[in-house]
Amino acid sequence: MMLSLPVKLIGTAALVALLACVPMVADGYRLSLAISLLNYTVLATAWALFSGPTRYVSLATVAFFGIGVYTVAVLGEVLAWPLVLLIALGLGMFVALIVGLATLRLSGVYFVIFTFGLAELVRQLVTWFEVNITRTLGRYVFLDVTTDQIYWQLLGLTVLVFVAGILIRRSRLGLALRVIGDDETVARHIGINTTAAKVALFVLSASFMTLCGAIMAPRWSYIDPAIAFNPVTSFQVLIMALLGGVHRLYGPLLGVVPLTLLFEFLLANFPNHFSILIGIAFMLIVYAIPQGIAGLLEKLTKRKGAAS
Amino acid sequence: MTRRTILAAMLAAGFAGTLSLAAPFGAAAQDKIKIGYAISKTGPNAGGANITQIPNYQLWFKELNDKGGLMIGGKRVPIEVIEYDDRSNSEEAVRAVERLITQDKVDLLLPPWGTGLNLAVGPVFNKHGYPQLTFSAVTDQAPALVKRWPNSFWFLGTSQQYIDALVDLLTKQQKAGKINGNVAMISIADGFGIDLSKAARDGLTKAGFKLAMDKSYPIGTQDMSPLLSEAQRSGADTFIAFSYPPDTIAINDQAKVASFAPKVMFTGVGTAFPLFPQRFGANAEGIMTLGGWDPNNAGTAEYRKKHVAMHNRDPDYWGSQLGYVSLQMLEQAVERVGKIDRAAIVKELQTGSFDTVLGKIKLVDNMPPKGTYAYIGQWQNGFFTGVAPAGANMKEMVIPKPAWK
Repeated sequence: MMLSLPVKLIGTAALVALLACVPMVADGYRLSLAISLLNYTVLATAWALFSGPTRYVSLATVAFFGIGVYTVAVLGEVLAWPLVLLIALGLGMFVALIVGLATLRLSGVYFVIFTFGLAELVRQLVTWFEVNITRTLGRYVFLDVTTDQIYWQLLGLTVLVFVAGILIRRSRLGLALRVIGDDETVARHIGINTTAAKVALFVLSASFMTLCGAIMAPRWSYIDPAIAFNPVTSFQVLIMALLGGVHRLYGPLLGVVPLTLLFEFLLANFPNHFSILIGIAFMLIVYAIPQGIAGLLEKLTKRKGAAS
Repeated sequence: MTRRTILAAMLAAGFAGTLSLAAPFGAAAQDKIKIGYAISKTGPNAGGANITQIPNYQLWFKELNDKGGLMIGGKRVPIEVIEYDDRSNSEEAVRAVERLITQDKVDLLLPPWGTGLNLAVGPVFNKHGYPQLTFSAVTDQAPALVKRWPNSFWFLGTSQQYIDALVDLLTKQQKAGKINGNVAMISIADGFGIDLSKAARDGLTKAGFKLAMDKSYPIGTQDMSPLLSEAQRSGADTFIAFSYPPDTIAINDQAKVASFAPKVMFTGVGTAFPLFPQRFGANAEGIMTLGGWDPNNAGTAEYRKKHVAMHNRDPDYWGSQLGYVSLQMLEQAVERVGKIDRAAIVKELQTGSFDTVLGKIKLVDNMPPKGTYAYIGQWQNGFFTGVAPAGANMKEMVIPKPAWK
């Protein structure tokens, strides 16, 4: 049966309210774990917002995340927090716009390589600037942002990214992007401004990643380019989103939750064999569930529906 | 219900479930002491952690186990060690330390490796009141950090202290007419190189030296010869490189090939590693860097012997001994307090005086006072000997550095 819209809204609101209570009951470690889950949920969902429908595989996640982190490192102590977030957002969107305009005509493997290079480029630029202009590398961030507040901000951002996802899917933009994903030449021929659509979505996706970085930054008290632009983040987000499935809005979430918990389990129990085990896990995932968990679940529910 | 709502419900249940899973085992009577640490076993920090930090932890655990544990309240309580990998990642390090505190309920924590990670976990150590005895972090913020986190201890001190010692040493040599007033300096474009080159730039200029060359190079640079030939042409008698281990090796290798033998040759991290004399043999003679040991100190000699017996290699000649000292102090502080009362342990570390392999140590503002250990050392007769800051246990610096063989 279909639930009516008000029921769905009330259900969602209740769910968010429930999650908002987590800091009151969870201890330091569980709250940390919850922060990690939300962090990757935002990043992977934002990643899939763009890469899901367009099928452009981006490794630039950490470029934007890092821009957010660094904005806080530089401005965190001199400006009010909301202002810092706004500036981070502006910077992230600006970089995404430039990059989007310059590169979204690339496709396939060229785009992947470019985005990977972009993260490195931003990191080298920041390093160059810090080494030659400010002559400090490694900044100290001492802000009065508590872990609870970080959690709530991330939760808010998670809600926003899902709302944005739902709205896009229902809009003309979402339809245009699905056509582009299926066949870009056809899309262009039927009059879709493919570049504008792709750039718009790329900027939107990047702005969530940037905000996510800005929100996370006060957790670490010390930030240098290696910490802010750690390429592992990009790969981890990509893997989580692919495991979950990118053709559904909730897909990445289905990858984030089990993988974050798996990382956690392996790190806690096999600290010396982590890399090997995680490699094996990835291979199993790719071979066993190429469609992602969302695809798997849909197949299962469909089969059950047909049987009854 | 639609598929979507079922999924949402499942996710919510899963999310809430994971947060309440794994109820911690009740911490019963003190029948063992849990010691936990998260360190970089993988990733870019793993090299440093493996040379300076992990061997000291293992040595200390072995000694405690041989003794039957920590002496608490008149009896030996065995230790249990819990170890995690932070993958050289700040967020992982924070979470691993939180896991150690709230899930594993460890009694004592040991620090991670490096400045960045020690600062990342600083707030967590502080929030839960665990003493944090760092010995792989050099930061000029140390005095400010101690004010913020009184439970934190910085055994390697500030970059300023090393530069002051180096500048004093060079000034003395210049006054004696052994070197000219020109210095060629290169530095890696990363935390260590930037901090130290900045302090050195100010210190050397103030002392009347002229920087005939002052260049930074990016991480991963392998070909040092252009920089070295520029340094050679600059006419400086003193060559300083604030480098990381791979480039430290490359600089010395390529300087040898180019027969670039300045009167004072100072290279960065790695120069005091045990592999350095293995690689350069007699050519290591006269080369300087941070750290240094007193060849006549029986305590550190004994420590070195134990380190070699267990790990089959020498400790590094900078952070290692301080790591061991910090563990000795932690052990003594716990035993004096007689129970796991972390506030009292921190207080004891701040105010007590301790017997260590470096002699009696009493911390000042949570740092070992000047004169406790050498800031600048030099390879002399195959031993990395402390030469500064001037003091009773320091040797004279050998100048000029012998020519390459």
